Parts: sequence; C-alpha cells; structure tokens
Amino acid sequence: MTASQDIYPQTPNLAHDVDQLERSWRHPRGIFGWFSYTTHQAIGMRYIITAFIMLLAGGVEALLMRTQLMHANNGFLSADRYNELFTTHGTTMMFLFAVPMMEGMAIYLVPLMCGTRNVAFPRLNAFGYWIFVVGVLFLYWGVFTNAAPDMGWFAYPPLSGPQFTPGKRTDYWAQMITFTEVSALCVASELIVTISKMRAPGMSLNRMPLYVWSILTQSFMVIFAMPAIVLASSYLLSDRTVATHFVNPAEGGDPLLYQHIFWFFGHPEVYIIFIPALGFVSAIVVAHARREIVGYTAMVLSQIANGFIAFGLWVHHMFATDLPQIGAAYFTASSMMIAITSGVQIFCWIATLWSGRPRLTTALHFVYGFIAIFVLGGLSGVVLASIPLDLQVHDTFFVVAHFHYVLIGGAVFPLFGAFYHWFPKMTGRMMNERLGRLNFWVLFIGFNLTFFPMHILGLKGMPRRVYTYSPEMGWDQLNFLATVGAWVIAVGGLLFIANVLWSRKKGAIAGNNPWDADSLEWAAASPPPNYNFEYLPAVTSRYPLWVPGADRTFVTGTRSDRREVLVTTLMDAEPHHRYILPGPSIWPLVAGICVSIGFVGSVFNAWYVTWGAIISGLALIAWFWPKRPLEPADE
Amino acid sequence: MKNNTRQIFSTFAGVLGVACLSLLISCAGHQQSAVDPAGPQSGRIDTLWWSFFWLLGAIFVIVMVLTLMTLGRRHRGFEQEPLEATHKPSEETDSRLRRIIAGATVTTVVILFVLIVASVGTGKANSELQNKKNPLTIQVTGNQWWWQLEYMNSDPTKILVTANEMHIPVGRPVQIRGISNDVIHSFWVPNLNGKRDLIPSHVTTQWMEADHPGVFRGQCAEFCGLQHAHMAIWVIAEPEDKFDAWMRAQLQPAAGPSTPELQRGRQVFMNNACVYCHEIQGTTAAGQNGPDLTHFGSRRGIAANTVPNTAGNLAGWILDPQSLKPGNHMATIALNSTDLQPLVEYLESLK
Repeated sequence: MTASQDIYPQTPNLAHDVDQLERSWRHPRGIFGWFSYTTHQAIGMRYIITAFIMLLAGGVEALLMRTQLMHANNGFLSADRYNELFTTHGTTMMFLFAVPMMEGMAIYLVPLMCGTRNVAFPRLNAFGYWIFVVGVLFLYWGVFTNAAPDMGWFAYPPLSGPQFTPGKRTDYWAQMITFTEVSALCVASELIVTISKMRAPGMSLNRMPLYVWSILTQSFMVIFAMPAIVLASSYLLSDRTVATHFVNPAEGGDPLLYQHIFWFFGHPEVYIIFIPALGFVSAIVVAHARREIVGYTAMVLSQIANGFIAFGLWVHHMFATDLPQIGAAYFTASSMMIAITSGVQIFCWIATLWSGRPRLTTALHFVYGFIAIFVLGGLSGVVLASIPLDLQVHDTFFVVAHFHYVLIGGAVFPLFGAFYHWFPKMTGRMMNERLGRLNFWVLFIGFNLTFFPMHILGLKGMPRRVYTYSPEMGWDQLNFLATVGAWVIAVGGLLFIANVLWSRKKGAIAGNNPWDADSLEWAAASPPPNYNFEYLPAVTSRYPLWVPGADRTFVTGTRSDRREVLVTTLMDAEPHHRYILPGPSIWPLVAGICVSIGFVGSVFNAWYVTWGAIISGLALIAWFWPKRPLEPADE
Repeated sequence: MKNNTRQIFSTFAGVLGVACLSLLISCAGHQQSAVDPAGPQSGRIDTLWWSFFWLLGAIFVIVMVLTLMTLGRRHRGFEQEPLEATHKPSEETDSRLRRIIAGATVTTVVILFVLIVASVGTGKANSELQNKKNPLTIQVTGNQWWWQLEYMNSDPTKILVTANEMHIPVGRPVQIRGISNDVIHSFWVPNLNGKRDLIPSHVTTQWMEADHPGVFRGQCAEFCGLQHAHMAIWVIAEPEDKFDAWMRAQLQPAAGPSTPELQRGRQVFMNNACVYCHEIQGTTAAGQNGPDLTHFGSRRGIAANTVPNTAGNLAGWILDPQSLKPGNHMATIALNSTDLQPLVEYLESLK
C-alpha cells in the first residue's frame, strides 16, 4: 500500500547515490549556515510560518476593531487608533499574509509536484524571502512606534498626501509595499521558470496538475499587476518626499489617476490570492473524491481566462467617481464575466464530488465550506458589478461582507484545507481529524456569524471604516452578532494551532502517501528530504501515482554528487539538458539587507537611493562571484 | 458519519436561510436604508435589488442542494463505476457530466446577460433627467468633516449657502453638483439615490428626487480621515410651498439680537476667534473655513449632525469641541461661563 515500495524499482548499483545526494544537498551548519539555506522546503516553510504569524497579527487587529463596534458609541478605541487598526489589518492581510502565504505554499509544493529538486533560482528565492521579512519588520516597527498607517490600505490621495497625512507613517506604508512587491516578483519569476523548464520528463502541459496550472497563472498575474502598485506607491511616495505632482490635486496632480493605477493592481491582487486557493481545492477534491477531475481542460481554460479578465474590471471599484455611462457599462459586463469562469470551476468540482467516492476528511470539509461561502460571495459580487446596486452598497458593510466571503471563503478555507491535506507531507505526521472537524465547524459557524449580518448592515446604510455609530441608527444587534462571531473565529484559530502543535509531536505517522493521492509530491518521503526524490520521476499520465506501480518510470543518469537537476522542454517536457543549481549562500541575505538600507533610508533622505544602489551592487558582485576552480563542464 | 455531516450541513443551511430572510425584511422603515426608497431613483434601484436577490438567492439554493447531494450515497447510477482500481469513471459518465456542466454554463451566461441589461437600463434611467420640470441645482462641497450646500441660482443674490441640512421640494428633480475642498468624500442619502464621490479637482453630478415628504439621513461614504464616522447630513423633503417658505426665510440675513442678552451673545461671537471661520450674513462675521451660521438655530444638528441641536449640546460643543468629535478643525476657545450662556442663546436665536 505505501507508495514508496512500488514507486522505486530496486536498483542496487545506485544505492550509494542516496548518501551522495544527502551530502550534496546538506544544509550548512550553525547560525550563519541557517541564514544561508536555499532549499525550497526551508524557504517555503519560512514563508508559511512568517505569513501565519501575520495572519494572527491581522486577526488580533480585527478582534480589536470588532470589539470597538460591538455597541453604539463605544469608547474602547479612539478614532485614530481605530483608523490605524483597519489600515494595518487590510495591509497585513493582503500584502503580508495572503500573497506571501500562497507564495510560500507554492514554493514548497511546486518543485515536489513537478518532480524536481528545487526551484529554478534558489538564491533569488532566499533573497525574496529576506526582502519580505524586512517589509514585515518595517511596517510593524511603525505600528509599535506609534506610526502605524491610518489612511486606509488603499491610501487614496489627497488624504494620503503631504497636506492631510503629515509625518512618516504613510511613507512607511508605501515603502513596505515596495518590499512585498519585489519579493512577489522574485517568487513569480522563479516559479514560472521552474514550472516551464523543470517539470519531470513526460509531464507535458496537458498533464500538469491543476494546482501547478493555478500557480503558473498566478505568477504571470503577479508579473503584470505588481509593477502597477509599485508605480502607484512610488507616485505617492515621491509626491510626499520630494514634492512631485503626480497625484496631489493641490499641486495639479490627479487623484483619480492614482485610483486607476491602484485598482489595476488591486483587483488582480484578489485573484492572485484566490487562484492558488482554487488550485488547492482541485488537488483536495481529486485526492479525496478519489477520482480524476471532471473537465480538466475546462478548468485550465477557466483559470487562465480568470487571469485575463481580472485585468479588465478594475473600474468597478470606482463606479461612484461619476464615470460616463457607456464606459461603466463595459466594466459591469466584464465584472460579471468572472462569474462564468468561476462558475465553470464550481460545476466541475461538484461534478467530480458527485461522481467520485468522497472521503469526508477535514480537508474535504473545508472544501465544502469553501463552496458554500465562495458561491455566496460570488453572487454578492454579481450585485456589486451592477452599477446602480454598487452605488448603493459601495463602501458599506455590504462590501466588507462580500470580500470577506470571497477572500476568507475563497482563499482561507481552501488554505486550511490545504494545511490538513499537506501537513502529513510537510511533517511526516497526520493531523488529528476529530479536532480538525471541530476546528472546521467552529470556523465555519464563526465566519458566517461575523460576516453574514454585515450584508444587512450595509443595506441599512452603515458605511465602512467608521469607528463608531450612534444608537439611533439601529445597527446595534447586528454589530453585536458580528463581534460574537469574530471571537468564535478566534477560538477556531486557536483550535487549529492546538491541532498543529499536538499533531507535530503525537500525530499518527503518515507514510509517503496517506491519502492515496495522485500527484508526485506524494511519491517523496514525508517530510521530503532536501533533494525531494532519490530518483527523479518520469511521468506518463496526468495522475502519475494512480498509474499501476509496475508502469512507473524514473530518470537515471543525473549526477548525485552535486545539485544537479534535469531541464525539460516547455510544451512536452522532453529532457533537454542537465543543470547545476547553486548551493547555500549568505549573499542573498547580505544583498537583501543592502537593498533594504536603500529602501528604508529613502523614506528619510533621497540620497539613500544612491547609497543603497551602490552597496546593493557590491553585494550582487559578491553574490555572483565565480567559484574557483570552475566546475568542469559536463560531457 | 456521512449522513451526520449532511444533516449538520443541511440544518445549518436552513438556519442561515431563515435568518437571512427575516433580517432582510427588517431593513425597511429606516431613515438611512437602501431598501426603503423615497424617490424614483432609489425606487428603481430597490426594484433591481429585489430581482437580483430572488434570482441569485434561487441560484444559491440550487447550487447548495446539489453540493449537499454529493454527500449522499446514492449517486444515480454513478456508483457502479470501476473507480476503485483506476480512479477513472467510464467515458460515458464523464461525457454526461461534461454536457451537464456545459448546460449550466450556458444558463449562467444567459442569466448574466439579463442582469447586465437590467443593470445598464436602470443606470441609464437614473442618470437622466426624466420629467422636464425645472430642476433645482445644489452644489455640495465636501469638507473635513462637514457638508457645505449652495442652492444655485442665476440671480447671485438668491444663492443660498447653508450646511449639513438640505431641504428639497417633493416631486422636483434635484441635481447634485459635487466638489470637495480637501480630500475625497462621498455624498450618499440611500433612501433617495446611490452615492457619488466628491473629488477635489473634479466636478461630479447626480440626480435625485423625493416622491413623498420625509426626513432622510445621509452619511459620508468615502473614508476621509479621522472623523469620517461623524459626517452626516439630513435631507428634508417637503411640499413645494413649504420649501419655498423655507427658502425665503433662509435667504434673509440673520435677525438682529432682540434682547440685551442676545446682544451680548453677538458681541462675544464677534470678539472671539469664531469670526475667522464662520459667516453670519448681516453681520461683520464673514469667515469661510467653517459652516455658515446665518440660520444655525433652524438646523437639526451640531457638528455635522453628530448630536442634536440643543442649547446644552451646543454649549458643550463650543467649550470643548475635541471631546465630542476628536480631531475636528474647530478651535477651542477659552470662554468663561458668563460669555458662554449669551453666545449659546444668540446662536440658537438664529432661526
């Protein structure tokens, strides 16, 4: 039953290869060594843990806000504290939790699913992580020195401009964006190359797991969307620090220009977060319904179409700015088109579950929860796409309800499902299923209790981002319900943490493939060694581990005494050449620190751009310094 | 376990549905509600909303029922599939499922098309002046954190400037011209129409109309800084003749003080920092930074309707504006109680 025996044919003459692999992929020792890791499991796990801490930080901020809104005229928080909290909450959840978490999961899973040993650019991977960490520290340094941003996570000028938000807090925010975007671009480029050129031989594009497709789509979206936000935050930052005139109306700039650029990024951002989550859902549904997906091609095409359409509907965030009817009508139509491509995916999952043999594990519970919440959020999204309806509920609690339904329902529920699904792979132990189901129900009930009433609050006229309201408004009961729900969600979060801590020590030993799942990561040991696979797998099917054992094939002939991987062709994944991946290095960290000095310093003095560029250049020279003697070219 | 879970899911769905309906019905009869329309614009949106609600609600129920049915054991002939060994159902099953998915997708497209046409039609109707009656144009200027209102007129002596309380005649279309003095605000009176942003360096326009008399509340809907939560406006729709009377009264300069006490109050106003920001027409006070106070006593609220306009609230507001609405731009002036009482009486006399 356990897959490892049937996967690897006994090849005694190569037994010592494993020793050699161990040696060539070993982590360097010591503190200094710890900062030099470049394996994708280590970096991926660091992303996941850092982003999870950010989820907790954002959650605490949300609890404080909900406690303030529990009663009318509550004095728990002051206006300025409340504004800081909702800004930091939004910023943390979008930039420091959701995107990095999805990236971390992808860094961990994609090389395993593609059947290779690491991502394409391991040192860039480490660099991206360090840059992200500095972004986290930078924003939270502001939070703890009473300089948290307070102009909203969207930072519309002129409110975020020099006249209305003096001080440094907005600059910290804008520069933190730069950090997370640089990091996201690093991850996106290395994942695109990994997926394009390092798939196992035989894993042609039409055999790629749906999760890998979702990451490919997401990575391209990152590459097109992130430059827009870097542009928007740079406009803002230069208006603030060196008095340029891009978006500051007092100086002749145009505040609507900022909104267009911001949402050209901001809307795809949401899809950047939830498209990988849809990939989780596909992986979980296939593994736990124990059947091939219905409509693979339709799923892939819808995912890619989602990625394209995402760039064509940003204006629905700006319907209230008095756009011409005909232009706005176009954006109504494009926004509603998303319902078609998302609908196709929902139908395919339901059909797969319908005709499969679903095994009601905790992971699948989260998928069912996801379908319920995400469909409701999608339908309220159709409401928001309609201009007249949007003009009523825009910037009210209805919108708050809507995007928590799509983001928590569409991304966080699948993410928890993914934790339950892949935890055995990552740690070698199963999570506790009984506690897991309790965890699911507490989260599901708490979530709906918190966010469902907000739809009604919005229709009853409660705007977003208000720190208090008067008792005559009649919003008390629903707000109280929502606050109770928020605390229930907090309990659900604690149950999850308890389950992780317990299962890490006491969970049942998982084995390689506890779910009898289909994709290549389950062929590796749990947890996977640094080199992932003793023998690189070759693939003959879309569901490689469901091919009867005897038919499974492997690659031989790659060297194990150095970090060597196989490069394959883009379309058909035919073996092309062998490639040596770089080993551990401290220079990504040093380069990250040098770049950070430039970024952080430029908030205070524009000259730091120059100094930062010089020291970063020096660090990059050291990073790329050729090793002597050069390794002899192969063949 | 399977049936248990299905029961839990179904019970939950039922509770959610009942909760949803009963709560939605509770939205009506409200001074700041998007689903209690008081004019043709909000009425059209309300109709559109309920058609969306029932249609999308039905879709939600259908999708949920199908999802829950996947938990059942009897899958209508699918069960005999040889899934165990190959994880692959027969080609016949798959093509049947694909046809169902294609059908569902086509249905989605058709439904969305209908919704798009309905939305664009409603939007178009709301953006036009429907009846040809002479419209009233009111310029709304957003300020941190109050509303300035100017009733436009081709005769400059008949331009009325007031703040935070809008009177409109029933049955006459009103054009809102929106601008802003500082940051972006959003003018929103849900019982009358959707919202419209007030943007510095842009002029935005919107039509609204009340079809019956009433008092409606609006609130700034775009985050505009510290006191975004306390930026409300009252819209009072009244019959044409009452409106005209109100207009005539408001166009008069402020009444002179009739008693020595009021005389003293005016003196306190004129001798203090009040005059730098506030205008009282008919006096030398001509500040432009704060709300016009010419007919302050006739208005319903203080501090952009943060509290009702009573003598007690007004005294508290003048003495310590920062405790009622922290961060607002009104200066705190040291007044002794002998000055405060006449000042409050004078301001309340400005009917």
